Amino acid sequence: MNDVLMPQLGESVVEGTISRWLKRVGDPVRAFEPLLEVSTDKVDTEIPAPTDGVLLEILVEAGQTVAKGTRLAVIGAAGESSAPKHESAVSDATAPHITPVVARMAAEYQIDLAQIVGTGRGGRVTKKDVEAYLAQKQSAPPLSAAPWDIPGSGDLFSAKESAPMPTPPAAPNMTAPPPAAAPRLHPVEPIPPQTAGELIPHSPIRRQIAEHMVMSALTSPHVTTVFEVDMSAVMAHREAHKAEFATQGVNLTLTAYFVLAAVAGLRAAPMLNARWTDEGVFVHRVYHIGIAVAVPDGLIVPVIKNAGDLSLLGAARAVNDLAARAREKQLKPDEVRDGTFTITNHGVAGSLFATPLIHQPQVGILGVGVIEKRVKVVTDSLGGDTLAIRPCCYLSLSFDHRVADGAAGDGFLLTVKRALESWT
Amino acid sequence: MAVMTLIEGLRQGMDEALAADPRVFIIGEDVGARGGVFRATQGLFDKYGGDRVIDSPLAESSIVGVGIGAALAGLLPICEIQFADFIYPAFNQIVNEAARMYYRSAGDWHVPLVIRVPYGGGVGGGLYHSQSVESLFAHQPGLKVVVPSTPADAKGLIKAALYDPNPVIIFEPKKGYRGIKGEVPEGEIVTSIGAARVARMGGDVSVFAYGMMAYYAEQAAEMVAVEGIDAEIIDLRTLAPVDRESILASVRKTGKALIVYEDNLTLGYGAEVAALIADDGFEFLDAPVRRLAAPDVPATPFSHPMQDFFMINPDKIAAAIRELAAY
Amino acid sequence: MTQKTLDKPSAYLSEATLHAILRAMLLSRRFDERAWLLHRQGKIVFHASAMGHEAAQVGAVFAIHRGVDYVCPYYRDLAMMIALGWGARALMLDVYAKPGGISSAGRQMPNHFSDRRLGVVSTSAPVAVQVVHAAGMAFAIKYKARLGLPTPDDAPRLALTTLGEGSTSQGDFHEALNWAGVHTLPLICLVENNGYAISVKLQAQMAIRDVSERAAGYGIHGAVVDGMDALAVYDTVYEAAQRAYNGDGATLIDAKVYRFTPHSSDDDDRSYRSREEVEAARANDPILRLRQTLIDLGALTAADFEEMDAEVRSEVDAAQAEVEAMPDPAPEDALADVFAPGRVDAWQS
Ligand SMILES: Cc1ncc(C[n+]2csc(CCOP(=O)(O)OP(=O)(O)O)c2C)c(N)n1
Ligand SMILES: [Mg+2]
Repeated sequence: MNDVLMPQLGESVVEGTISRWLKRVGDPVRAFEPLLEVSTDKVDTEIPAPTDGVLLEILVEAGQTVAKGTRLAVIGAAGESSAPKHESAVSDATAPHITPVVARMAAEYQIDLAQIVGTGRGGRVTKKDVEAYLAQKQSAPPLSAAPWDIPGSGDLFSAKESAPMPTPPAAPNMTAPPPAAAPRLHPVEPIPPQTAGELIPHSPIRRQIAEHMVMSALTSPHVTTVFEVDMSAVMAHREAHKAEFATQGVNLTLTAYFVLAAVAGLRAAPMLNARWTDEGVFVHRVYHIGIAVAVPDGLIVPVIKNAGDLSLLGAARAVNDLAARAREKQLKPDEVRDGTFTITNHGVAGSLFATPLIHQPQVGILGVGVIEKRVKVVTDSLGGDTLAIRPCCYLSLSFDHRVADGAAGDGFLLTVKRALESWT
Repeated sequence: MAVMTLIEGLRQGMDEALAADPRVFIIGEDVGARGGVFRATQGLFDKYGGDRVIDSPLAESSIVGVGIGAALAGLLPICEIQFADFIYPAFNQIVNEAARMYYRSAGDWHVPLVIRVPYGGGVGGGLYHSQSVESLFAHQPGLKVVVPSTPADAKGLIKAALYDPNPVIIFEPKKGYRGIKGEVPEGEIVTSIGAARVARMGGDVSVFAYGMMAYYAEQAAEMVAVEGIDAEIIDLRTLAPVDRESILASVRKTGKALIVYEDNLTLGYGAEVAALIADDGFEFLDAPVRRLAAPDVPATPFSHPMQDFFMINPDKIAAAIRELAAY
Repeated sequence: MTQKTLDKPSAYLSEATLHAILRAMLLSRRFDERAWLLHRQGKIVFHASAMGHEAAQVGAVFAIHRGVDYVCPYYRDLAMMIALGWGARALMLDVYAKPGGISSAGRQMPNHFSDRRLGVVSTSAPVAVQVVHAAGMAFAIKYKARLGLPTPDDAPRLALTTLGEGSTSQGDFHEALNWAGVHTLPLICLVENNGYAISVKLQAQMAIRDVSERAAGYGIHGAVVDGMDALAVYDTVYEAAQRAYNGDGATLIDAKVYRFTPHSSDDDDRSYRSREEVEAARANDPILRLRQTLIDLGALTAADFEEMDAEVRSEVDAAQAEVEAMPDPAPEDALADVFAPGRVDAWQS
């Protein structure tokens, strides 16, 4: 009898996720015949059978993530028993132990740890597993359904496949202890055993998002303010220059206008291009603008570095470039960090306005609603009012009230609005 | 802001202090015309003269003991011990005298003394020019022990030490004297003693280190960052009194603690950090507390292969971070 | 009949000062005797005597600016503390380890003196460490003068330190006097040479007869004095003090004394020296010698002495009664004073 083990796929790779089994229990297999597919941080690959025989037992089902060296399946002669049996599909030979923090959280939130799929070594339930579990149980609708999270295709780019994981943004300066460093997720009711439904295990990106969102919500007192913008000038400008940009290989995306308008706004309201520390507000000298991008599993926030230095052409090129590489999973870790402000286009799916959550440790996030034609009262040069049809959208700014007050938020949006409405 | 080396940061701190306050003076072996064997006091003798930058007799106990007496008499001495390895003759003066003076006189006499001590290995110094002796001193209530790992902190800590009414030992990572560079603000900066520095924020694993190891840990963190491991680096900076809150706050956040020190493993400073995490951070632990330190042999061997084997380096730290991240 | 020789500084002391010297020695003796009794009664847990050393200690202190100059004493210097201004009450607070104790408020064993107001630096137990501190304080005096730092008129001008002859074997003694020589420091190092370090005799400690022979090795002055003669000690230390005040450097003085008691309340000296030796030494009691000198000088009568003795005895009685009744320190006082708070005062030029 032979065990099929999770191989170490790369030097630093310590775990892998079973994508799918290519054989079923009872199927005959030949040595080196593809047996299953595994996906890791570094590679996705087929795993060949170690020996001839019959697939006697599958120990780790598709979708689960286990550590290198974990037994995945047993191959043996037909009719042979695959004992010893394992209590848990994801465990090593020994039952994974429970660390102090996990034990405490389980007691505090009355969690049955058996409900949680462990991602630690040997299938151990880690603190992050518990937090992600709590986050998922807590929110109804789940966080993944937050308006600005919904994947869609609009003017803002949308990656077609999942992009590499962003390095999670660091928490605010910690020289003094944070309130309770780990985001305390609220207790959730355990799911009664007989409840009909399906448990979808968290992907790493889902967990990261969940953790980050909870942390953000608990860290910053959020305030959202909304302005309406007449996009006629921008639309006209775009129509006039689209072709010219195209000759230089640049798709003149609307996102570029929002990036530059946001920079103008940040110059007018520097407290929004900042971060909170216990010693004081640290105001950035650079404008690194993150763009929240929907990916199939969640979202990723590539950052346009030094956006304050860019022309419209430069901004558009940067947006195109990041979008392309996000799609090709080619973003470097450096390109998803160090943002000082973020823009999210929740309008892609028709949303009018939103209350986006801040991408910590930044101070503000600008939500762009759907652009649609609205009837507006416009005043002509003689003072006469007429009805006009104009492309409009709502801009929603969420900001950290610890750092900035309404005046800064409104000052920012007013500047953004003026920049967009007077674009030439 | 000027970019300078760690030793230049120290020197600038001393220079500014000598210029600002006539009570400040320097004593030690070769600190005068030679500017110290590491050149920490280079140029100060020429600038301030032999009355204030004083070559002492070759006798460590008296370098510290005379410093204590002068401090009791209202001066602000900076005593340089040429290498940490030679601090033992002064151990009694430091531990029994300087550290205990305030307590034993019920607050009547205090000793505002600064003792500068180049320490640490990786410089080809063998057994007697490489030692890390900080835990011997961090164990002594009444002594403050600081270890800069950046040029700004080197300057800020020497200033803080000078104006602290208690004896303060600055252990200076000599391997980083010239290798560690960074921005140093002009003029008066004071690094508060007792506060750790979050050298890098991260959520996956907390790494506690100081001196050269803090510098290496930051490099290691960048190595593992590309693999998606987000290490938080806490430069402890002050070993005594320890910044419990910063240590515990980081552990509460990550649940995983790695302590790196270049001293021998057993009863090194990291043992105390591990113990305080066990005491007050137990419920937040998501993995065993790990220590990465030198093997328990009597200090750094001289031959390079042996020295490299003995010393902690960024690769070793990165491996330990990975290991803990995967736990 | 002792002749008052005017070439000696002590010849210029007033009768009141001579009485004060004698009284300090007598009070030290009466307190000392009481402390032994209290120890044997189980009322206190430790005592170390100055009996036999009183002349050396008191004579030395009267020769410097007492209460102004720095003093780094050692554990045997009870009489020195009295000469500096302490009464029986202050000593009593120390032996009873009461909260009001000036030295350490009950933290240190008795005999580990400190009094900042009098320039007395806290004494520790490892021997000879204080000699280095005294060198450092002397160094500071000189440093301030050279840099022209403002020092008030009543600032210390020298540092006096004491130790036993056994303690001169320590490296710190050597290192300190070496500094004193190299830097020509205003320092007086007074060795109270009683011939024993607990039980170990002088001959086992050094291959020279007088500790002061070592002075030459440091390039400082050396002197030997009969430490049982208060005025002789006064004269020798006076000369050393003038040397220090005038910038002529340090002096190492070997004051020959005898320890009348065992090393401390924990010692029994019968195992290492004969009763005869002790009795012979007691015949040379420094208090009786000074009493006789003053009587011979016509500066004291026997009745004066009786009156003085009665007075110091009642001071000791009163101090014991008062201090014994005082509350002990709160246990958690053990936690205070680990670090000095705040920041060194900014320099004002
Ligand atoms: C460094 C050190 N070693 C040992 C002792 C224990 N000890 C206390 S007093 C003493 C003898 C000191 O003799 P001496 O210096 O002649 O002084 P005396 O007691 O005779 O006045 C010894 C060995 C000590 N206090 N310090
Ligand atoms: Mg003796």
